[in-house]
Amino acid sequence: MAKLPKPDELVKSIDYTPPEKPWMETKPEFIPGTYGYGVKAKNLKILGFPNQRDFYPSDEDWQLPENWKEIFLEGMEDRLNRFRSFRLFMDICVRCGACADKCHYFIGGGDPKNMPVLRAELLRSIYRRYFTASGKILGKVAGARDLTYDVFKELWYYLYQCSECRRCSVFCPYGIDTCEITMMGRELMNLLGCNVNWAGEPVANCYRTGNHLGIEPQGIKSIFEFLRDELEDITGVHVDLPFNQKGADVLFIVPSGSYFADPGTYTMEGEFLLLHYLKEKYGFTYTFSTYASEGGNFGLFTSNEAMKRLNAKMYAEAKRLGVKWILGGECGHMWRVIHQYMATMNGPADFLEVPRNPITGTVFEHAKETKMVHICEFTADLIRHGKLPLDKSRNDHWVVTYHDSCNPSRGMGFFEEPRYVIKSVCNNFYEMPENTIREKTFCCGSGAGLGSDENIITRMRGGLPRANAVKYVHEKYGVNILACICAIDRASFPPLFEYWVPEVDCCGIHELVGNALVLPDEERGVRKRKTDLRGNPLKGFEDEEGTEE
Amino acid sequence: MSFNFSFYFALFTVVGLIAVVLIGVGAHLQFLFGVVIPYLAVLIFFVGLLYRVVKWARSPVPFRIPTTCGQQKSLPWIKYNKLESPFTNFWAAVRVALEVLCFRSLFRNTKVVLTKGGPKLSYFSDKWLWLGAIVFHYSFLVVLLRHLRFFTQPVPSFVQLLEKVDGFFEIGVPGLFVSGVVLFVAVTYLLLRRITIPQLRYISLPADYFPLFTIMAIAFTGILMRYFFKVDIVAVKKLTLSLVTFHPEVPEGIGGLFYVHIFLVSVLFAYFPFSKLMHMAGVFLSPTRNLPNNSRAARHINPWNPVVKVHTYEEYEDEFREKMKAAGIPVEKE
Ligand code: HEM
Ligand code: SF4
Ligand code: SF4
Repeated sequence: MAKLPKPDELVKSIDYTPPEKPWMETKPEFIPGTYGYGVKAKNLKILGFPNQRDFYPSDEDWQLPENWKEIFLEGMEDRLNRFRSFRLFMDICVRCGACADKCHYFIGGGDPKNMPVLRAELLRSIYRRYFTASGKILGKVAGARDLTYDVFKELWYYLYQCSECRRCSVFCPYGIDTCEITMMGRELMNLLGCNVNWAGEPVANCYRTGNHLGIEPQGIKSIFEFLRDELEDITGVHVDLPFNQKGADVLFIVPSGSYFADPGTYTMEGEFLLLHYLKEKYGFTYTFSTYASEGGNFGLFTSNEAMKRLNAKMYAEAKRLGVKWILGGECGHMWRVIHQYMATMNGPADFLEVPRNPITGTVFEHAKETKMVHICEFTADLIRHGKLPLDKSRNDHWVVTYHDSCNPSRGMGFFEEPRYVIKSVCNNFYEMPENTIREKTFCCGSGAGLGSDENIITRMRGGLPRANAVKYVHEKYGVNILACICAIDRASFPPLFEYWVPEVDCCGIHELVGNALVLPDEERGVRKRKTDLRGNPLKGFEDEEGTEE
Repeated sequence: MSFNFSFYFALFTVVGLIAVVLIGVGAHLQFLFGVVIPYLAVLIFFVGLLYRVVKWARSPVPFRIPTTCGQQKSLPWIKYNKLESPFTNFWAAVRVALEVLCFRSLFRNTKVVLTKGGPKLSYFSDKWLWLGAIVFHYSFLVVLLRHLRFFTQPVPSFVQLLEKVDGFFEIGVPGLFVSGVVLFVAVTYLLLRRITIPQLRYISLPADYFPLFTIMAIAFTGILMRYFFKVDIVAVKKLTLSLVTFHPEVPEGIGGLFYVHIFLVSVLFAYFPFSKLMHMAGVFLSPTRNLPNNSRAARHINPWNPVVKVHTYEEYEDEFREKMKAAGIPVEKE
């Protein structure tokens, strides 16, 4: 395992001034801690992906097929012809540098090839060499270079240091989206079996078992039941957990991160409480699915075909179960897929109804095609219509800030719904500095398949801008928890904060909702909540023993 | 590619081009440089431009991928951002228009500063590139439009008006056009920026310096001709008018400086379709800017939407049926 330097050492190493030596003449060093492990043969096999062998990026020989160059270039040509974005973005960059210092990996690391423009130039130089007249004739003078083994490896290294967050795209005068270029590059890598395992394994797992973690149906059920029992200890309610039930109002799909590990599980418990309340009070019905037991989609970080193959389960299962529409949990990249890709790839979902909240009567017109609604939209609507009794003071032990996750922000425009919900359930809320939130938000540093343990240095570097803004509000307002709507965030912030700003925790929004939601017994005064969903004593109950042992 | 190589390669190319014209004019190749090459350049410009745009247009847009920089349209009581998260094609078009006319994205630009004690990252608004680019492009546009005087008879009134505004300061004889000088200054700024900002210097290719040097030289020779080494304007106009009426003739006595000017303009025109200057057309086609953010409300069609192998529920149940039954999860086939 890689040795992670101390935070101050890591900061000391950041130098934004590029080296003297021109970039085409430098090779990346595969320093442990700065890249993920290669994909395993078994995972490639499950998906029927090419070049099935255990892939070790640190090896000299990557065991590529004889004709790897042809495969790469043909794949490139194919994608140039299929994606206008790709062809255009290869052509029109003026190298103005506006995007250069917008990438969190550059800001936290200083490696010039992590400037979005240069990340793209790595591929663009190959494009010029093989697909433009000037590059074919003039070669190097036109900024073109041959596709060599070293160039290929370099490209791989930096494609897997981009978390596909789209921040660079916000600042580019032509909207050049290096995320899109990275996606194309990764598709090419996957033609040669060069994925990272942190993306390849979830895709394979999800394909077979329906979720990234490879949990089988009975396992999912028992995990859910474990969470239910925990919740029962705290709240006294026994939540109904229907699986694969036909004829419910909605199919509820959450990212597996919500039921696999804390703090995601507290969000899940909050969602349980919400669903339970709606069922008891208004007769709202829901079902979970073991087949579609994953909201997330690491296919997005692999190839558009992989993404489509995994995403197909959502509609297929909704159709089989005969629900009216689909409700989606808190997950970032999941929502990029649902919002920008799902209807196109796997629609039309004409077997579903236009989503309508039966409790408030609100018709979610903006989702009338995909028929899928974000739980924050759903909850915001309920709160707006006064359908949820909320006791904000139950979150008074938290001073909250909100992190806009990359994908819902720049791939969806999802800013106000979560804020509205937070402000409705919390008294203490503070925004991070303006240049670090909303469309300018910073990635957690671990998105797009980069979240593996062995990639820790890249993650801590890439997470610095976010963590630093958190530190700012922690010091200024005493913020002690960061709320977010992304499962990758909830998995990656704990170690990130541990490293950069250890005093701050991380939660999902529905954990806070779950804390504030006043249950029928509590409304009637039969029972009083003494701890939050984590078992922390609520304000005013600090002296008492928590209900959780 | 080293800075020195990129920089000097571009510089010497432009110097070389100038030398070529001067030698050519000395060898009485006025017709070549005054007529043949300009015609050719304009032809290459239009054909090339069309070719490139058609090539882009022929690649479909499989997914609707706007970069959303503002609140989506969702619940009716949440105010959505029409411009940064357009829901309709109309507002997407407005977004592109503002991008083209005001360089809105560039306007957002920030600069990061890392204070290592702490550590503390700060982001400061940095509008210099925006200002430089806006000034450069608009002065370029004004200069270009003013040149219509040479290609029209009578000169349209808007060109005359433009000249009036541009010559507002009434300095010297002939009156100073602000745009020309501003253009030169702006290009110089863009060049200095490229040379002095380390990251920018690191990423710059000959193709980044070349248009800058060319435009600088064009502006410079233009200024020289107008204010210092006056060329025979009447003769020039005779030539340019003969070009647009397709009866080319080369009057005697136009100075070599003019040929340098028009040759470099020709080079720029001919170079345009093969270069990054195509951003002019490309920005209109950019899928992250020109598409509405309404993917959940209206289905976007992917013309090559692939048929993919999926893991069906039936296959899934076949694998896990016994376990599901044991766990009390409903199954389709008992
Ligand atoms: C949305 C519209 C446009 C935007 C946002 C834009 C932006 C820019 C930027 C940022 C640069 C780079 C300056 C540098 O750092 O070197 C540039 C260069 C340039 N642009 Fe545009 N531009 C636009 C449209 C146009 C149009 C319509 C033309 C028409 C001729 C044009 C011609 C040029 C030229 C000649 C350069 C050369 C300078 C260089 O190569 O750096 N641009 N543009
Ligand atoms: S901001 Fe856009 S045009 Fe400028 S260097 Fe970056 S990608 Fe290229
Ligand atoms: S998409 Fe995000 S991670 Fe990738 S280059 Fe752009 S800013 Fe960096």
